[in-house]
Amino acid sequence: MSNLVNSSIGKKLMMGLAGLFLCAFLLVHLGINLLILLNDGGEAYRMGVEFMTTNILIKIMEIFLFGGFLLHIVYAIYVQVQNWFARPIRYAKTNHSQTSFFSKYMIHTGVIIGIFLVLHFINFYFVKLGIVAVPEGAEGKHDFYNMVLNLFKNPVYSWIYVVFMIGLAFHLNHAFQSAFQTLGWNHKKYTPIINFVGTAYSIVVPAGFAIIPIYVLYIM
Amino acid sequence: MESKGLNLTLKIWRQENAKAKGKFVTYEVKNISPDCSFLEMLDQLNETLVEKFEMPVCFDHDCREGICGMCSLYINGRPHGNDSGVTTCQLHMRKFKDGDTIYIEPWRAKAFPVIRDLVVDRSAFDKIIQAGGYVSVNTGGVPDANAIAIRKENADLAMDAAQCIGCGACVAACKNASAMLFVSAKVSHLALLPQGKIEAKERVEAMVSRMDELGFGNCSNTGACEAECPKEIKITNIARLNREYICSKLG
Repeated sequence: MSNLVNSSIGKKLMMGLAGLFLCAFLLVHLGINLLILLNDGGEAYRMGVEFMTTNILIKIMEIFLFGGFLLHIVYAIYVQVQNWFARPIRYAKTNHSQTSFFSKYMIHTGVIIGIFLVLHFINFYFVKLGIVAVPEGAEGKHDFYNMVLNLFKNPVYSWIYVVFMIGLAFHLNHAFQSAFQTLGWNHKKYTPIINFVGTAYSIVVPAGFAIIPIYVLYIM
Repeated sequence: MESKGLNLTLKIWRQENAKAKGKFVTYEVKNISPDCSFLEMLDQLNETLVEKFEMPVCFDHDCREGICGMCSLYINGRPHGNDSGVTTCQLHMRKFKDGDTIYIEPWRAKAFPVIRDLVVDRSAFDKIIQAGGYVSVNTGGVPDANAIAIRKENADLAMDAAQCIGCGACVAACKNASAMLFVSAKVSHLALLPQGKIEAKERVEAMVSRMDELGFGNCSNTGACEAECPKEIKITNIARLNREYICSKLG
């Protein structure tokens, strides 16, 4: 069993499973966020946030979620450093081989998502925990609705957010189908479906997140 | 019929021995026939070097018909050069234009150290095979060819995987210098057949563990190996390797 966590295939397996778990989390997160678009003064969104912050099952899942992030990030760094060491002397002429484009930049798009995660924690999670002071305009540390609106009314913040979502899209584009390949799920019937779902997921989910700042900024 | 010869500038990696610090040396070759192979072009360069009492450029080669897996060379950013499904010995000079500058580098990987110039030590592949890339057979009479029924589809897939000549282009092309395509081909062509199934578990675990020890990188599923493999081995084999390995570890 030990090789299943530290062999080359095992490490990728762990990363892939954690990644797919994070993909599922993104869908839940997007579902709650999209409630802002209902334009009901934030009533539905507040209920969503209330549920997510108080429900005991969600609280347990939160531990798994942090575990998933940690696993994915730690293995990513471990694997990447090993990969760099596997070619100590680089080629003078850069590689012209045909590859899936985004697959070559997973560590870079991953770092972009990591930076976003830090920003996201400062803006929301740390406020909830009371580590960061409640920002002006919010009625308490659970008033995510006003926190979101205040942040997204700033065009600079909103457009940075959109750029981060593009980074996320690039990452997910390779991530989804790559996870299935790592799990050994390559099948002439199902792989085209997985590739289609993966591409659709990588466009729809980040676009869904990016719509919200644009909506708050220009339509609301 | 007279074809126009090519005049080319070659930037070739020269390195005295494994320990020495190498560097690119520029050579000019003149009037190269577009019909000759890349290796024949290098032969012509070496002829001129020998005439000048200089050391010829060392490069690996043997059968010169694309089946032995000895030739290598990373040519202008692509293993086996700018063509698909061919080895360097099958690469024609007509793929280049008059006046081109061609960078010729050895395979670059920690597991494939340079021995001299463009020659690298690929015995890491042999070590992986020694770890389990075989079927243990007790000696005896030759069994009847059709005694064991094999599905046509599996026979075809096994034959496709068995085409791997172990040249190392997959490692050279991979941004991580991963040997997954090679190992997956060797695991697949045995795992698909009844004779190979008996030792399948031990084989996949031993070969992957040997591959890891030898310092190859991890697979990122970029597909560069598949694009550059002269025998066009598919990355579906890598998925099969993953499957075999995970099932073996869990089972």
